[in-house]
Amino acid sequence: MQPVELPDKIHVGPVIDEGHSLASVSDKIGGIVLKRRITLGWVFGLLISFAVLQNLMAGAAWLFIKGIGVWGVNIPNGWGFAIVNFVWWIGIGHAGTLISAILLLLNQSWRNAINRFAEAMTLFAVMCAGMFPVLHTGRPWLAYWLFPYPNTMDLWPQMRSPLLWDVFAVSTYLTISAVFWFVGLLPDLATLRDSAKQRWKQVVFGALAMGWRGSARHWQRYEKASLLLAGLATPLVVSVHTVVSFDFAVSIVPGWHTTIFPPYFVAGAIYSGFAMVLTLMIPVRQFYGLQDIITIRHLNNMAKVTLATAMIVAYGYSMEAFFGYFSADTYEKFMIWNRMTGPYAPFYWILILCNILTPQLLWFKKNRTSPFRLFCLSIVVNIGMWLERFVIVITSLHRDFLPSSWGMYYPTIWDWAVFTGTLGMFMTCIFLFIRVLPMITIFELRMLLPGARVKEPVAQ
Amino acid sequence: MSGHIIEYAHPLYGLMAEFDTPGELVAAARTTREAGFRQFDAYTPYPIHELDEAMHLYDNRVSLATLLGGLFGCAGGFGLCSWISAVALPLNIGGRPLISVPMFIPITFECTILIGGLTAAISMILMNGLPLPYHPVFNVARFAAASKSKFFLCIESADPMFDTRETAGFLGSLNPTEIAEVAR
Amino acid sequence: MSEQKTWRSLDELSSTDGFKEYLHREFPRLAGEWVDDEGRRNFLKIMGASLALAGVTACTKQPVEFTMPYVEAPEKLVAGKPLFYATAFPISGVANPILVETHEFRPTKIEGNPEHPASMGAANVPTQASILGLYDPDRLQTVNYLGEIRSYASFMSSFVGMLAKQRAKDGAGIRILTETVTSPTLFAQIQEVLMLYPGAKWHQWEPTGHGRRMGAQMAFGQFLNPVYHFDQADVVLSIDANFTGEGPGTVRYARDFASKRNVRDGVMEQCRFYAVESSPTSTGCKADHRVGMKPSEVAAFVRGLASAVGGSGGGGSKFFQSVLKDLQSAKGKSIVIAGEDQSPEIHALVHYINQALDNNGKTVTFTASLESKPVDQWADLQSLVLGLKSNEVDLLLILGGNPIYSAPRELNLKGAIQMAKMRIRLGQLDDETSEFCQWLIPEAHTYEMWSDAPAYDGTMTLMQPLIAPLYGGKSTHELIAAFTLTPEKSGYESLREYWQTKHTGADYETWWRHSIHDGFIKDSALPAVNATAKMITPQPVGSGGDGYEISFHADPYILDGRYANNTWLQELPRPVTRLTWDNAVVLSEKTAKDLGVTDGDRVEIGVNGASVQGSVFRLPGQPDGSIGLSLGYGRTRSGRAGNGAGFNVYPLRTVANPWTAVGAKVKKLGETYKLAAVQNHFAMEGREPVKSGTLEEYKKDPAFAQKESETAPKGLTIFPQEWKYEGYAWGMAIDLSSCNGCNACVVACQAENNIPVVGKEQVLNTREMHWIRIDRYYKGDVGDAESYFQPVACHHCEDAPCELVCPVAATNHDQEGLNTMVYNRCVGTRYCSNNCPYKVRRFNFLLYNDWDTESLKLQRNPDVTVRSRGVMEKCTYCVQRINYAKISAEKEDRKVLDGEIVPACAATCPAQAIAFGDLNDPKSKVSQWKREKTNYSLLGELNTRPRTTYLADIRNPNPDLGGQG
Repeated sequence: MQPVELPDKIHVGPVIDEGHSLASVSDKIGGIVLKRRITLGWVFGLLISFAVLQNLMAGAAWLFIKGIGVWGVNIPNGWGFAIVNFVWWIGIGHAGTLISAILLLLNQSWRNAINRFAEAMTLFAVMCAGMFPVLHTGRPWLAYWLFPYPNTMDLWPQMRSPLLWDVFAVSTYLTISAVFWFVGLLPDLATLRDSAKQRWKQVVFGALAMGWRGSARHWQRYEKASLLLAGLATPLVVSVHTVVSFDFAVSIVPGWHTTIFPPYFVAGAIYSGFAMVLTLMIPVRQFYGLQDIITIRHLNNMAKVTLATAMIVAYGYSMEAFFGYFSADTYEKFMIWNRMTGPYAPFYWILILCNILTPQLLWFKKNRTSPFRLFCLSIVVNIGMWLERFVIVITSLHRDFLPSSWGMYYPTIWDWAVFTGTLGMFMTCIFLFIRVLPMITIFELRMLLPGARVKEPVAQ
Repeated sequence: MSGHIIEYAHPLYGLMAEFDTPGELVAAARTTREAGFRQFDAYTPYPIHELDEAMHLYDNRVSLATLLGGLFGCAGGFGLCSWISAVALPLNIGGRPLISVPMFIPITFECTILIGGLTAAISMILMNGLPLPYHPVFNVARFAAASKSKFFLCIESADPMFDTRETAGFLGSLNPTEIAEVAR
Repeated sequence: MSEQKTWRSLDELSSTDGFKEYLHREFPRLAGEWVDDEGRRNFLKIMGASLALAGVTACTKQPVEFTMPYVEAPEKLVAGKPLFYATAFPISGVANPILVETHEFRPTKIEGNPEHPASMGAANVPTQASILGLYDPDRLQTVNYLGEIRSYASFMSSFVGMLAKQRAKDGAGIRILTETVTSPTLFAQIQEVLMLYPGAKWHQWEPTGHGRRMGAQMAFGQFLNPVYHFDQADVVLSIDANFTGEGPGTVRYARDFASKRNVRDGVMEQCRFYAVESSPTSTGCKADHRVGMKPSEVAAFVRGLASAVGGSGGGGSKFFQSVLKDLQSAKGKSIVIAGEDQSPEIHALVHYINQALDNNGKTVTFTASLESKPVDQWADLQSLVLGLKSNEVDLLLILGGNPIYSAPRELNLKGAIQMAKMRIRLGQLDDETSEFCQWLIPEAHTYEMWSDAPAYDGTMTLMQPLIAPLYGGKSTHELIAAFTLTPEKSGYESLREYWQTKHTGADYETWWRHSIHDGFIKDSALPAVNATAKMITPQPVGSGGDGYEISFHADPYILDGRYANNTWLQELPRPVTRLTWDNAVVLSEKTAKDLGVTDGDRVEIGVNGASVQGSVFRLPGQPDGSIGLSLGYGRTRSGRAGNGAGFNVYPLRTVANPWTAVGAKVKKLGETYKLAAVQNHFAMEGREPVKSGTLEEYKKDPAFAQKESETAPKGLTIFPQEWKYEGYAWGMAIDLSSCNGCNACVVACQAENNIPVVGKEQVLNTREMHWIRIDRYYKGDVGDAESYFQPVACHHCEDAPCELVCPVAATNHDQEGLNTMVYNRCVGTRYCSNNCPYKVRRFNFLLYNDWDTESLKLQRNPDVTVRSRGVMEKCTYCVQRINYAKISAEKEDRKVLDGEIVPACAATCPAQAIAFGDLNDPKSKVSQWKREKTNYSLLGELNTRPRTTYLADIRNPNPDLGGQG
């Protein structure tokens, strides 16, 4: 990596404000974990999230007792909320990997302040997502049959099924993200070890740091490894949502069977992911006074990415509609028409409003640089992206080939319970994370400081 | 560490000099190497690429391991698909041929990434000799700053040129803020 | 018992209430024995062990029977090999000849009796479902006196007492009320009773079938039984007649009719079928020209036709003219048939029309009535009521039927019946009528008793029991015997003796055994009688005036309500409305709009001084300004399935006119009550799943259907290589011209494959489980839309989309090309269902199968897995039958013959619309059908290459009426 240039002042601000020294950043961020005492706000937030998490517990319990029938799924709508939520969560996850991997490769210095947090978000989102495919099976206790393991029945999974591709893609994604995340944590854990006062903290962080001592030889390999990981994670993140889109694209259902799905799903994923990062980052930066580290410039950049992906998604929608019309195929034409005018049309138009029209506000710097407006906008996008998945899954299934088997899908309270439950789980994890680990990569932050640049004294 | 070439265990692990700026450290590292020292190391709170060149650190084994891991994953992934579909459980699935290559690509790809990524991380950690619960450099009280704001250079007693007094003098000539003995 | 008690002796224990309750819960069959003294001692002997259990256990299940290994295996029984017994299932006295499949003497499945002219191997819906009636857990299980359990012995003892009193006054106080009696044996027994008790009176009553009976009487001056020969008719006009679905002879009629409708290479002829209907029927949906008319218009139409064929009169609509023309040009080769629910007058006129068209004796023959003693049952019922009201009845015996539920309100039977001092009821359920009787005797189910009944053509059909009465039920024969000097005489003896008297010729024993074995008496069909119908002078028709006209129809499945507690029938979609679990107020689109109501809105219908409330269902083809109501619903004491389903329309019927009602007022109630239809879209949305054309079009271009759905050549696909199927390659073809949408295949499949019933709530959520369904579509505008039926089951596609997406290979192809479903492997992702373009896969969203009800377990087919929660299931082409045939073929070291394997649906299809067999055998029936030019694949353009294909629906509309009706 080239030495980092300080951002020019004409820009909407630096990636990190002046007045920070190597020591001060370490203390500031490490301090949040080590020194800062537990605030009422945090406890309150955690309790709320944990309470909501109970919906998941109740929902899952009832599901296991009674069966999948407690949900709204039926024939023809074999899939419902579970799959909608699965795709939504996976999508959210993508921002993390994208920020940490792709921006690393693209050498975007501003990523340093947000990648740790985004990666954590990725992990939690993928955890939430991962639950749904299991819960939505008719016999969840047998879900492990999807893994290729030698068994006495001498049976194996069916490698042609997109669902199996999912199993591989998602588990790989989870593993690699976790590894990437941990590798990034190593030096910071060392920092916490060294600045911790209480013995037990020293022990815990020490053990996690694995004896990292910042040796130049280590750094050299470390940099290589992280670069390689980034290089691998980049195609991975693209592949994961591609595979998720295959769940639909490989089928023959009108509205699913489309070649544009992979790119359009990936774009959508990044879109929703960035929206979620904004949703979380803006309050956190407020509460923990990190405005000087997560600066307006960060928000501005993320807003730009959001806008860009919004445009790609918009392109996706228009192409979808165009394909439907241009295919001259009865079923395709009907599908898109049914989406726009059928019983679920309101959802379609709301999603267009949320995902395409509202984001256009981001053309104005005023909106890009106002945390509050960005926050509201990010919420809108999150909703929009959830609706997109709903529209794709339901409106395609509920009226397919034979009119005789057309039907409607109505979610039950148990659908909602499980969905909201995962939201609770996600927030719970976030709350815990910001207290026990440095939410910003300290060592990478250091590299952004003016003092970090190497100015060799002229040897006499 | 090539500790075996010296026949007696030196009481010290080495001598450690502390610098305030990365620039001084890089310069010091370069001079040290030019002076002929080989068994020495620099410690910094963040990666400094100038050091690689100053200390001649060019280790590509991590990349190599990752490549091999990736290739293994790739072969393994496709092998798994084919073996299961054609040998272990050869079924007529929707009239498709037993080995339907296009449908095996996603899994093959994911396996490549999985094994490759794991190798990258694990090989890096192992080649760095981690996890390592104890290391002499931690005996220096001020070394804690190495993970925060200070820059250290440590010449090890294992170096054939090492001599406590001379080396200390040499380090002094690099005008560090401080020099410390590193106990074993 | 609820609480544990210490007890010293069996008697002490058995005297506790807890024990009595326990006894009734666990041993209802034996509970009767308990309360009667002589029974108790040997009862104690049997039950000693269980009594001990009773003492030491709380409310836990006890073993009901002691099992024992065979010392000598019963004759013919090979464990695991089903045995078939010939018997019959009579509906309103008309026998439906059948074979009953039994596993280890457990009746499990009904098949038609292939030898019998009335069945030829097929069976209709109520007959197919009858097996469930046998195991109905709500059946009356003990003899009851005023709600207390008694033994049959104690009934007999008190009955003898009552008779003794009657003997004194020649039985003047005795009244016997039966349903229509056709059994000669029973009739003989009743005669014997009436001989013994000259004062006694016997009444017959059933709410339906009146028109047919009295119509003949009107036209011919005698009770005759019309027999139609559709295989000889070139023009058919149906007046509200659902002759392929309801009434006597439907199975044979459906077969004969189909033979004149299906078009094959070479035979390019088709009869022309007109239907005039006051409410759409499945048969009418097959018509080349179907016209909906209000009941009054129907009457007018028939009158007009009668006078027109009689020479006088003409005019009338274009339709009328073309029908008339066609009929007259096909003299002696046409049939005009009036529906079960039409008035005697219409029937009489129709008989006259056939006469005038020279059809009588040719396409329509007449035999002596099938009924032992045909009477005007409505008058008969009224005379009974009179007798009751005049307080002269001491002993009323009600054998079967359910008069209190189905009798017209104005007779106030409920009140009258209670004037009888002693009311004895023989019934299978503790129903509306039983509620007002003191003695309730459990009636033996048809499959538990000996009897006899004539088929539609009079062929005498014998019934043998297939299982000992589950609940000690008594047959009508046995109860009637109680009046005689030999009160203990069994049904078997009565039957055997009766036929001994009838049998001429030597060696009765062999003849008897032979007849029982065949299930009927060879060549016993009644001879045709020559009779001339006279033109009757119709009463002036009172036009409906303002208000709506109502036409009453028996429900196609639960009929007059007698099968209301049969869950299979309740959940079986009605052929036209596709409704389950309810009847409805059937209105036309326009009528509904005028009333400002739509599907599910509750309305109140007031007419004849009564009113009922029900929910609206809009049905294209229902004539404007008229309401179609089906009988049989709104039961209050039919059992768990029937109670509360639908609404009871009997109160609207009058004695004067039980077939229609005029001047009805409809009031919108503003409430809604959801109706559960299994199909919510009836338009084809420009997709043409049913390929259809006129005979003319077919003659021009026989392959029109294939042109509309072409499959891409395999070479163009990404995997061009074909899978080879050496040996067998099973396939199916369905002839849409033949299928009349009767749904017999659906219920047959349900019985064969242990398919659960899911209940109304689940149907509303489109989770019904039927493996085969009959889609119904409309073509043309709502006004006079043509209807099409299409049976859809798993298509067993060569390139099955479902298999591809299953992550655990739970569904895959076997070496004979069957798309198999491995329940045990299924984890339930439901992806296969999403990816199935035919949506034929069914998913156990909840635990749908009843794993607890003991009696239902007896019905299950041991060769088919009983699926549990969370697994996908679907049609298997009856793989159990395939394997059974293959095994027997291998044992004889030969190939399976064509026609040796018949799936349940194909076996029972009265129209013979389904062909199944080996596609590798060019001579097999299915291969021949698939070579037909009309053969096409449903959604063939999707390249799924289904093994099931269809023969396009060919119709023969009258060119004068503009091609397509």
